[in-house]
Amino acid sequence: MTTVTAVAATGGLGSGYSEESLRAAVTAGADFVGCDAGSTDGGPYFLGSGNPKVSKAAYRRDLRPMLRAAVERGIPLLMGTSGYAGARAHVDWAAALVREVARADGLSFTMAVVNSELDAATVRRYLDRGRVHPLGESGPLQAGTIDRASRIVAQMGSEPFEAALESGAQVVVAGRASDPAIYAALPRLRGLTGGPTWHAAKVLECGAACVERRVHPDCVVAEIGESDFVVYPPNPAMRCTPQSVAAQTLYENADPFRFVEPAGVLDTSDCTYEARDERSVRVSGSRFQPKEPYDVRLEAAELVGYRSTAIGGIRDPLVLGQLHLFLDDAFASVRRKVEQSMGLVDGADYRLSWRVYGCDGVLGALEPESRAGPPHEVGLLIDIVAGDQEVARGACAIAWHTVLHHPVRGWSGLVSNVAFPHSPPHADLGPVYEFSMNHVMALDDPLEVVDIALERVGG
Amino acid sequence: MKLYELAALVRSKNAGPFALTIDVMFAGRAEYVRVRDSGVLDAGGVAALYGVPVEAVRVFHYEPALAIKVSMPRTVPSGSRLDGDVYGGQFHAPLVMLDVPPLPAAS
Repeated sequence: MTTVTAVAATGGLGSGYSEESLRAAVTAGADFVGCDAGSTDGGPYFLGSGNPKVSKAAYRRDLRPMLRAAVERGIPLLMGTSGYAGARAHVDWAAALVREVARADGLSFTMAVVNSELDAATVRRYLDRGRVHPLGESGPLQAGTIDRASRIVAQMGSEPFEAALESGAQVVVAGRASDPAIYAALPRLRGLTGGPTWHAAKVLECGAACVERRVHPDCVVAEIGESDFVVYPPNPAMRCTPQSVAAQTLYENADPFRFVEPAGVLDTSDCTYEARDERSVRVSGSRFQPKEPYDVRLEAAELVGYRSTAIGGIRDPLVLGQLHLFLDDAFASVRRKVEQSMGLVDGADYRLSWRVYGCDGVLGALEPESRAGPPHEVGLLIDIVAGDQEVARGACAIAWHTVLHHPVRGWSGLVSNVAFPHSPPHADLGPVYEFSMNHVMALDDPLEVVDIALERVGG
Repeated sequence: MKLYELAALVRSKNAGPFALTIDVMFAGRAEYVRVRDSGVLDAGGVAALYGVPVEAVRVFHYEPALAIKVSMPRTVPSGSRLDGDVYGGQFHAPLVMLDVPPLPAAS
């Protein structure tokens, strides 16, 4: 019976793992090493800007042992959503680091760089052919949304990884991919196309998040078969339990029974999780139902402006006793002053908002807690977004200065109401993006929107 | 009892940029069943607490993990201008202190 042993190096490249764990897992007989290298979790900035989330140093540190282990053992290394958002800029950045590490360590291999960023014209063509459909509550995709997007990526399935491996690549640096696709590719090439492959892949994608008590990010191993899979951490200090693996299955997915992939749906409703021994868990009963059409999720980020913020604390009990009245009044004054001195109107030329941490800064209108008395201190975050950075900065400077000296009922004379920890009190946060697509695009061929470039690294 | 006294973990997280999911997990089956059957995490109650329509809230009972999962659309996408929680990691907070009624006395 076919078994494929998969090693997930860590849940997110750059977040770290134990080299010892990786060595133990790989030398025990791994068929490949995989690593999810990105996410939408950090918000739209990374896709919009093309910038990575982690430093080169952290990426390089995580890449080096994986690359060495895979090349020395002659097994594939598969990375998905490289560089954090998986757009072309991210993939190029990650591939350059792979070349750099290979050169430094004298490693040679064939690398496939797989891109799934789409240009606007391509997405418009699919839209015109009726091949783009909304998810959830989203309406039909508008042509304007496509044109305004800074970047658009498609979440590729396992097929581009499979095609890269079949073309002779040992190392695959892929752009935006469904997380399980990274781990499903090689088992599928070996004939393991069913539920256990996809379920194991789903558990693997977060690395050691499936253990009972994850002390630090680390590796995890799955032995994938036709009717079940077994998962365990190579680090003897950690263990998987039936509940910890089941819990990972439901992590960050809206539905714990159905996981939609480009090629079909993983159904876990009849799964059983049983302890194989003290540290490993066998999962059986997972099913995979292929679906028509094959479709890929689109992700896009749209530039909505440039942000400046100021953060400060308020401690004066008289201000805190009338806080919301005080702030409403102070920010009304901010709006007047910005209009007087810059000729700009809130809502039209810039957008002002603020949060009061210590009050309802996290939950806003959902905050159920109503205090009997005022808090002893609060943090105030002033947030300005405008069409350009100069305007945002200028309005923010007026805002913090106005709130600072806004008169307080109960005190007579000039007051300074906010303790700012920084000079300048305002900071430019740069471009602000928003996720702008929640749609899928139907394909006739899983490879039709990716390009796979093969190269020889290290001679 | 409060929900946190019965649960091993109450957590929330984005399920993609447009949805939130809350996991309420238990160490023992008795606590899981007690909360599940109490109705405090039914769609109606959760919808009221989060200010979303009841048909937008989905509640799952996932026995293998001794978990109750509650999913709903985000009112604003992750990281958009007015979002205050990019990872969606603190949306579970209103549930932590929920009162779970005692089990009805066995007859």
